Amino acid sequence: MNARPYGCEDLLRFYREMLRIRLFDLKAAELFAQGRMAGNIHTYVGQEAVAVGACQALEPGDLITATHRGHGHCLAKGGRADTMMAELFGKATGYCRGKGGSMHIADLGLGILGANGIVGAGIPIAAGSALASKIKGGREITLAFFGDGAANEGVFHEALNMAAAWRLPVIFLCENNRYGVSVSIDRVTNTADIADRAKGYGIPGVVVDGNDILAVCEAVAAAAGRARRGEGPTLLEAKTYRHRGHYEGDPQSYKPAAEIAAWKERDPLDRLKKTILAAHPDAAAALAGIAAAVEAEIAAAVRFAEDSPYPEPATVTSDVYAADNERSVAR
Amino acid sequence: MREITFSEATLEAMAEEMARDERVFVMGEDIARQGGIFGQFKGLPQQFGLDRVRDTPISETAIVGAGVGAALAGMRPVVDMHFADFITVCMDEVVNQMAKIRYMFGGQCTMPLVLRAPDGIIRSAAAQHSQSLEAWFVHVPGLKVVIPSNPADAKGLLKAAIRSDDPVLYFEHKALFPTKGPVPDGDHLTPIGKAAVVRPGRDLTVISYSMTMHRALEAAETLAGQGIDAEIIDLRTISPIDIDTIYASLAKTHRLLIVHEAVKAGGVGAEIAARVAEEAFDLLDAPIARIGAPFVPIPFSPALEKLVKTTAGDIVRAAQQLCR
Repeated sequence: MNARPYGCEDLLRFYREMLRIRLFDLKAAELFAQGRMAGNIHTYVGQEAVAVGACQALEPGDLITATHRGHGHCLAKGGRADTMMAELFGKATGYCRGKGGSMHIADLGLGILGANGIVGAGIPIAAGSALASKIKGGREITLAFFGDGAANEGVFHEALNMAAAWRLPVIFLCENNRYGVSVSIDRVTNTADIADRAKGYGIPGVVVDGNDILAVCEAVAAAAGRARRGEGPTLLEAKTYRHRGHYEGDPQSYKPAAEIAAWKERDPLDRLKKTILAAHPDAAAALAGIAAAVEAEIAAAVRFAEDSPYPEPATVTSDVYAADNERSVAR
Repeated sequence: MREITFSEATLEAMAEEMARDERVFVMGEDIARQGGIFGQFKGLPQQFGLDRVRDTPISETAIVGAGVGAALAGMRPVVDMHFADFITVCMDEVVNQMAKIRYMFGGQCTMPLVLRAPDGIIRSAAAQHSQSLEAWFVHVPGLKVVIPSNPADAKGLLKAAIRSDDPVLYFEHKALFPTKGPVPDGDHLTPIGKAAVVRPGRDLTVISYSMTMHRALEAAETLAGQGIDAEIIDLRTISPIDIDTIYASLAKTHRLLIVHEAVKAGGVGAEIAARVAEEAFDLLDAPIARIGAPFVPIPFSPALEKLVKTTAGDIVRAAQQLCR
């Protein structure tokens, strides 16, 4: 991990953002196990360097699409922990007023065009918002997060081809966490690197260590520069690993114990912490302060979610249409 | 009033809305250089440029997905599906994305996206290029579905669809493109969700839309000669259905016949019949009758294809039965 281009402040900021995701998802997992929230959650634990590294390389006006494993993407793009936690609880104060839940969190104001419950569905949406930027002549670019599983969906290929042909300002960031639910990528894919597929569309394909935040940040910054200069899309593949199951409660019987242990040795937060302390030995107090502040933020988020009301029954039929003027619709 | 073709009417709608609002753009297969397979986009690239009138790869999923993304990013896209049958290739984008995003996101966004879907039977196009699939989309909350039968509504509904903040499926029958009809000058809009009583009558109500509207009007002339005065309603929008106009008509006629080119089973007629039976049974003096295609794919041979098409004769016979 090369810390040179980044100052201590930058590294501490990266660490804080990664820790927000880690503690948010560990808390959500704990609450879920206690039966305190409905539905299902897919945690981002282990992959934090990808979302934070990517979003730190973007500008505030840039856009992202996220996935069913999207808590990390939304927090990294500036999402609020309390509003997100409230959504996980199905409360009226949540990002989607309780109508979306974990898999549909969006904040259009922050450029988060939504998590998505359908594998790969964010990829063409990202191409579309990039097309909008191109037509409007805007500076903003779009980054699509998706997993290794999505790279085997047809829409991945359609969208990459179209975005390449039109030189759209978009970054396709594949988070290869090695498993599509229970199936190892090696069993369903005949190539070592998904990034190789970029060749088929005439765009750069880059493999990056997804547990090294600085490597991710630099790769995304380069792709963003290319997109902003009108040179078109880049396919990035961040090699990473999810520490927990596909969903909470998944016993992960399909993963070898040694594999999990080896990847935990490469925990992205531990690595960044070591990098920071190696370069800035006096940062220990700052790191402790960050941990306390993030713990307080997450605790406050849980209190906010628990204290918030459930949605009013009448809201079940609102927001289907922008103009709710058709009484035959609500009947 | 001036008369133009259905195709020209849609072209006017596109040009007027693209001139009115620079966020409107259109993309699809063969629309820019070729002008659309029915000529319905001719001249638009010259007027608005190839950025806003885009030929796309043959990638329905990517095109409609990109329409969703562009709409989220503040544009008002129109996506041409080439043939309505091809929507089946991108059902995730239509059903899981464009229809639901506003609701799933708690009303944070609008989804001003129009899908143009040329449908219906024409010249032995066979089973994968002839379908009328409109009823599928009536079943999906979040979508609006319009389906004009004449040039005036073709223009008015397309303009209204483009101005709608909700996603609209715009079904346009391929055999209607060359047909002519009167279209008002100027900024002509047809409200979404409003049916039209196109022929008042007192003996029975015939509800239809799109191509079979024309068969219904022919049948009404025949029936008039036999002393049966049919009231004809053009639904124009099938989601939401203008149920009030239907009830007002039934209060007068007490007899109901619903006609469409689509397969009868699970069709729009089934939904209307169910609602009338549930909510307005007392208005009826006879069982509800429906006409639609038999439960078969559309066959190729002209000798077979004609057997699945609704004729004016079918409507006349059904009306005679109802009024016996």
